Amino acid sequence: MLRDPVQEGLARGWRVIDAATLERSQTFEADVCIVGTGAGGGVTAEILTKAGFKVILVEEGPLKSSRDFRMKEADAYPQLYQESAARKTRDKAITILQGRCVGGSTTVNWTSSFRTPATTLAHWRNKQGLAEYTSDALWPWFEAMETKLSIAPWPFPPNRNNALLAMGAEKLGIPSAAVRRNVKGCSNIGYCGMGCPTNAKQSMLVTTIPAALDEGATLLVNAQAVRLVGADAAGSRGPAHLEVAPRPVSGTTGPRARHRIQAKHFVLAAGAIGSPALLLRSQAPDPHSMLGRRTFLHPTVISAALMSDPVNAHAGAPQTIYSDHFLDSVAVDGPMGFKLEAPPLHPVIFATTMSGYGEQHAALMREFNNTHVLLALLRDGFHAESQGGRVMLRDDGSPVLDYPLNDFLFDGVRRAYLAMAEMQFAAGAKHVLPIHEQAAPYTTWQQARQAITGLPLQPLSTRVVSAHVMGGCAMSNDPRNGVVNNDGRHHQWSAVSVLDGSLFPTSIGANPQLSIYAIAARLASKLALDLTGRQAPAMI
Amino acid sequence: MNRRQFLKGGLVGGAVLAAGGAWVVWRDVRDADASSPPRDRIAEILSGIAPVLLAGALPADATQRSSALASVTVGVKEVIAAFPPAVRSEVNDLFRLLDIRIARRLLTGISTTWRDADPSDVKAFLERWRWSRIALLQTGYFALHDLVLGAWYANESAWAQLGYTGPPNVE
Ligand SMILES: Cc1cc2nc3c(=O)[nH]c(=O)nc-3n(C[C@H](O)[C@H](O)[C@H](O)COP(=O)(O)OP(=O)(O)OC[C@H]3O[C@@H](n4cnc5c(N)ncnc54)[C@H](O)[C@@H]3O)c2cc1C
Ligand code: SF4
Repeated sequence: MLRDPVQEGLARGWRVIDAATLERSQTFEADVCIVGTGAGGGVTAEILTKAGFKVILVEEGPLKSSRDFRMKEADAYPQLYQESAARKTRDKAITILQGRCVGGSTTVNWTSSFRTPATTLAHWRNKQGLAEYTSDALWPWFEAMETKLSIAPWPFPPNRNNALLAMGAEKLGIPSAAVRRNVKGCSNIGYCGMGCPTNAKQSMLVTTIPAALDEGATLLVNAQAVRLVGADAAGSRGPAHLEVAPRPVSGTTGPRARHRIQAKHFVLAAGAIGSPALLLRSQAPDPHSMLGRRTFLHPTVISAALMSDPVNAHAGAPQTIYSDHFLDSVAVDGPMGFKLEAPPLHPVIFATTMSGYGEQHAALMREFNNTHVLLALLRDGFHAESQGGRVMLRDDGSPVLDYPLNDFLFDGVRRAYLAMAEMQFAAGAKHVLPIHEQAAPYTTWQQARQAITGLPLQPLSTRVVSAHVMGGCAMSNDPRNGVVNNDGRHHQWSAVSVLDGSLFPTSIGANPQLSIYAIAARLASKLALDLTGRQAPAMI
Repeated sequence: MNRRQFLKGGLVGGAVLAAGGAWVVWRDVRDADASSPPRDRIAEILSGIAPVLLAGALPADATQRSSALASVTVGVKEVIAAFPPAVRSEVNDLFRLLDIRIARRLLTGISTTWRDADPSDVKAFLERWRWSRIALLQTGYFALHDLVLGAWYANESAWAQLGYTGPPNVE
């Protein structure tokens, strides 16, 4: 049997409480209450617990661990993802993948680890006034998190899906490179998106969260943070407690006991969408109407290619090769650039992504093993015409992201379809199919170029997905420009900080996890200092 | 988007409905109990729609085929049950529209029961929805696409056709 560090921790006596099993309302007290246990929440929990704070973590999803990770989509999506991996934007034109479990999206992510690009940081300094966000200032935090999470270049040959990216790029004279991954003893299986069954992935589930629980933190699971309440009339300190409800589960009825968490400080790390939504439900002051706005996605479009030999994109580590050529060859605030990566493929994701139905769809499915897929992740939020989306609340208080797709973005989509098709033909594709309702498999680059140039690009018929939700609680020392200051402190409510992906004033322009780890580590250490006057111990 | 907006979007934009009967649909849908999804009706609705979406994918043998269809229905219901309440009620609204006879006739052109529906009529309705400029109908098509195709390919019995042998053994 493989070891399961979570089960071992529970046996050691971790304080984990399932909100769904609490029959009567309870009040919990802590120094700091952290909402969300993903990239931002995990890092913050370890730092604050080690700094001596009494910490309680509130997580909407369940605590699942390697023994539950069976590598089956039918189990993984409903258990581990927001809205069963079918979360959509308001007009339903973009599918959003986000984790909803202990460890958040890090439990299900694909392990690609990039530092925040220097161009992105420069834009933040110049346009957002984030003066201290230099590569030099962040350097020690990247180093610390990379060491802690075993982030290193992937030493094994890429799987064929990724090798084809490298091959296509090389044929066209475009640079590509190896991705670094947060893994330790990875057996190169390729099921990272369903929870790593071997605990090789150094997600928050097996690193920071166990560290915090070993130090005495309390974890409340299946617990939805409903709203922050009890703000003093003057309003400057902010809320005194958090109201929590068990996550509604289908088929259960009857009153759901609500609980209360009293804390001196609240850290919101419910992810972009989750954190702004909690502030919206709490009716947090928002004098400049910034809350929930400028939410970014790296809107992602897809190109599938049929190869003559098996690709087996379901097997082997995903996303081990990338190309930034199409990010680096445009100005950051010019036409939208995009990053190229090669994802894992699994039957459900593949079937729902492929357009059409009936015979035509079945034929595409039969080519599953010979299909090579590229993704283009568009860098949103840097140009005046890329304002991203806005988090809103439904009548029942649940969040929905309104993200209109406009012509500026579609211009990037078209260039991305063209770039991917050309690269796939260069790598030997028999045909290339951009994932778009009106596209067909094209057998030559000339045919593809002509067809893609004329393809009508509209919401819904253009398949757009995202696994990178960012922004919505932008940081800026100027309250007119941000929800929180450069340290992640809420401008109007000093008892509230935001320490997750929702801090970012633009998208990152690279897979975001390492940016969140490093920035959350830096800000959580600063917060520990501010709250006590003492220095927080180093992460490692 | 709440239930009312979901329906309104379709009703306001729906020229089909302007032809008369919009109010009937509205009344019927509104009166239906939102908290009790038409669970038992989903099998009936899918018995008409799933064979068309899955043509070429389902087994040819009649017994295998009907057990495949049964597993798709179970899968779809499971997915719906796992959705958060707001999403669940939107999907239930979609199935309710497909279930109510007058709505079905107006929006899909199908006047028989789903079980008796002619596959070519089902195909025509799917194509109309797929390319519709009415958001309610177009997003309805995508919901059916993802629910049905997702439920089938989540099934181990669907994998042989893909040449996919399933996850490796890591023990
Ligand atoms: C399938 C997939 C693949 C990815 N691949 C990569 C990759 O290879 N490399 C990379 O860098 N990034 C990747 N990402 C993105 C990366 O994992 C996220 O950007 C990152 O984890 C976000 O961190 P976060 O702290 O902002 O939020 P999350 O990690 O999403 O954590 C937020 C947590 O808050 C909880 N929550 C939400 N609302 C509430 C509430 N009201 N009450 C209580 N809890 C709540 C959620 O359940 C969740 O656990 C991927 C993401 C996905 C989904
Ligand atoms: S590829 Fe490595 S990290 Fe991903 S699931 Fe497999 S063993 Fe875990």
